[in-house]
Amino acid sequence: MLLALEGATVRFGGRAVLDAVDLEVAEHEVVCVLGPSGSGKSTLLRAVAGLQPLDSGRVSLDGRDQAGVPAHRRGVGLMFQDHQLFPQRDVGGNVAFGLRMHGASKRQQAERVQELLDLVGLPGASRRAVAALSGGEQQRVALARALAPSPRLLMLDEPLGQLDRSLRERLVVELKELFGRLGTTVLAVTHDQGEAFALADRVVVMRDGRIAQSGTPLEVWQRPADAFVARFLGFENVVEATVGAEAADTPWGKVPVPEDAPQGTRTLLVRPAGVRLVPAGTGLRCTVTARTFKGTHVAVHLQPEDAPRLEAACALRAAPETGDEVGVEFDAGEIVVLD
Amino acid sequence: MAVPVAFFAVFFAYPVAAIVARGLEVDGVWQFGRIGEVLAQSDVRHVLWFTTWQAIVSTVLTLLIALPGAYVFARFDFRGKQVLRAVVTVPFVLPTVVVGTAFLALVGRGGLLDELWGLRLDTTVWAILLAHVFFNYAVVVRTVGGLWAQLDPRQEEAARMLGASPLRAWRKVTLPALAPAVAAAALMVFLFTFTSFGVVQILGGPTFSTLEVEIYRQTSEIFDLSTAAVLTLIQFVAVGAILALHAWTVRRRETALRLVDPSVTARRPRGTGQWALLGGVLVTVVVLLLLPLAVLVERSLDAPGFGYYRALTRDDGGVFLVAPIEAIGNSLSYAVAATLIAVVIGGLASVALTRRDAGRFVRGFDALLMLPLGVSAVTVGFGFLIALDEPPLDLRSSWILVPLAQALVGVPFVVRTMLPVLRAVDVRLREAASVLGASPWRVWREVDLPMVRRALLIAAGFAFAVSLGEFGATVFIARPDNPTLPVAVARLLGRPGELNYGQAMALSTILMVVCAVALLVLERLRTDRTGEF
Repeated sequence: MLLALEGATVRFGGRAVLDAVDLEVAEHEVVCVLGPSGSGKSTLLRAVAGLQPLDSGRVSLDGRDQAGVPAHRRGVGLMFQDHQLFPQRDVGGNVAFGLRMHGASKRQQAERVQELLDLVGLPGASRRAVAALSGGEQQRVALARALAPSPRLLMLDEPLGQLDRSLRERLVVELKELFGRLGTTVLAVTHDQGEAFALADRVVVMRDGRIAQSGTPLEVWQRPADAFVARFLGFENVVEATVGAEAADTPWGKVPVPEDAPQGTRTLLVRPAGVRLVPAGTGLRCTVTARTFKGTHVAVHLQPEDAPRLEAACALRAAPETGDEVGVEFDAGEIVVLD
Repeated sequence: MAVPVAFFAVFFAYPVAAIVARGLEVDGVWQFGRIGEVLAQSDVRHVLWFTTWQAIVSTVLTLLIALPGAYVFARFDFRGKQVLRAVVTVPFVLPTVVVGTAFLALVGRGGLLDELWGLRLDTTVWAILLAHVFFNYAVVVRTVGGLWAQLDPRQEEAARMLGASPLRAWRKVTLPALAPAVAAAALMVFLFTFTSFGVVQILGGPTFSTLEVEIYRQTSEIFDLSTAAVLTLIQFVAVGAILALHAWTVRRRETALRLVDPSVTARRPRGTGQWALLGGVLVTVVVLLLLPLAVLVERSLDAPGFGYYRALTRDDGGVFLVAPIEAIGNSLSYAVAATLIAVVIGGLASVALTRRDAGRFVRGFDALLMLPLGVSAVTVGFGFLIALDEPPLDLRSSWILVPLAQALVGVPFVVRTMLPVLRAVDVRLREAASVLGASPWRVWREVDLPMVRRALLIAAGFAFAVSLGEFGATVFIARPDNPTLPVAVARLLGRPGELNYGQAMALSTILMVVCAVALLVLERLRTDRTGEF
């Protein structure tokens, strides 16, 4: 394992920001830590970088315990949330900084700077002032700077956090391609699930300093580990239910479940696609409270009588108007029993 | 951290404590009863009363005259703004002695107003008050104006959109944001005027005397050390209280304000009202700040063929043991040494104060560093003489004594200039360098130093100007054959005769030019104007 955390714990004034975290990252793997703000993601990166001492547990790189190794000797790269480019240096000076610290010659520096600026798509930008760069360009320079000393592990803290949506979507594809080509080992943190799913080989969901779930993007998306993960991924239809052999008792009435579902008191997730709208009079009676256009479909918000709200996904043509009365039926294939 | 603490312990706390002890301790018994006795004397109470009310009136006057200036500098954009900003700052770094002399030339006997209208103010309190406004105009303009320029005008616009009239929006949004800065500036002005020495010494005559002047009189003329010690203690307590209040207002100022780049908030004045305001401020600056200095220069040239200047080069053997012109060399070399000491001590203290793991003790030191600004310089000077005269620290005959005393006053300026800049360096910038492989020392060299280099130069400039003008302590410890410029000016003024008066004007002019040049160089270096000085 390139990186291994064992029981890593960091406390800020009694509160555990990292709570006995175990995490392993293999060589060439791209791992994305996903979690809401305050879940301890950034602290995790800082602990690996050596900027935040552990209260207990250990961080090892290439099997070697990093306790007592200061940040500048760990040989890992960290791209900061808001880039933290050195304002008094130009683009080339920023990219060359790590090389200079490692004692590279002037010629080596110049060659490597050129190589990296080409790589991140900013050829010839070496003499430009960092203050004159756009957000996307700054992000590229920060990436080039972190990559320049060839760190064994590259860490990214909210790499695309402050960029606008279209730029973010383009850059995430570029990053994925770049890491694949270079074989870089990456540990990134983000609060944006789209970013995490697009970038990562493996997604790690964090909650309150603990790891809630770890798996491939597909696994996590298809089978969220618990109600927290499901809600964090944007699913609204999550309830407590008593699961029987074929159906579950929920506030929405009887809901069919997949055949192999575990039984007992469970948390039930109904994907929006599994909420089928039928003419009023059949199924669960609901009022349409709102509809939001999602591009490929319309999210319809439904208020049943005496039960939690439901979100349904339906085609634009078939979407009912706000205020309409509709009936709802459930589709067993889109229902997941959690826990 | 250890170095600045030791410096202050040996060269500040120890001399002050020594002189207080000398005054209040008789045969090993502390005579605290003396405090009551001294306070009961009517002339002491008179001094206390005068010190306080003139400081209050000076502060109010300064605020009234300077606040419009702060507004103009913050919100208006006009040609020559940079130059004007530098010009209004010049008085602040001018030696008190020069200011006293300049006002003497303006409102004193045979002064400009005397010649024109037979008007003399040097025997009235007005001369002192005007000189105090002259001095502290820049403090208000810089402290308040600096913040004002950074307040987001959109906050006021938001209030307007919610239905507030322009005046109401200003009162409810801008004023509360500004209030802590106004309070901080007012307290600084109060502190400077409360401890005023050189100005009152020259303009006050026998009638008016502040605590500091009285301490000087008691020590050097009446040799009543116990009264001086009590007065020192009183001033110490008062200054401590003012500084505590100041620290509190500054902390409040730092809280949660939306600040923007000053360059986006200023625009060209529009309409008669705004142009009139700008004009009014310009007239104030010319009459109040430039006129006294112009008169000073004019008086120094009064004798034909630069007579007064040429007289400076002659060794008359009367006032001094050397030609007065040698004071320039003395002053410059003392000031350079003092600047070096102040920058090293102040720089070390600032770095220690910015460390993230700085505890409460260290942060308390922050406020203590300001004390030399307010504690009687006369006491420090005299304390040096009686405390540092025996082994292992026998410095009485050493030239270093003067720079040491001057550095003491320079350190607070260095710390005040460096701290905000050091604190503004983003911790994560240091971390970024560290992750890229820079050792802690290299982080400092590569990240901190390039950012504070400018601040360091500015701090050095301030320390230089302050050292050059230091009077209260230097007047005690400068040796007769090695006078500094301010000391020489004061001695010349203390003697009768046209020639001595003219020479004082000439020396003052030289001192003013040196200080002004130092400041104008600083202004070119300075980019941010958020600091207090």
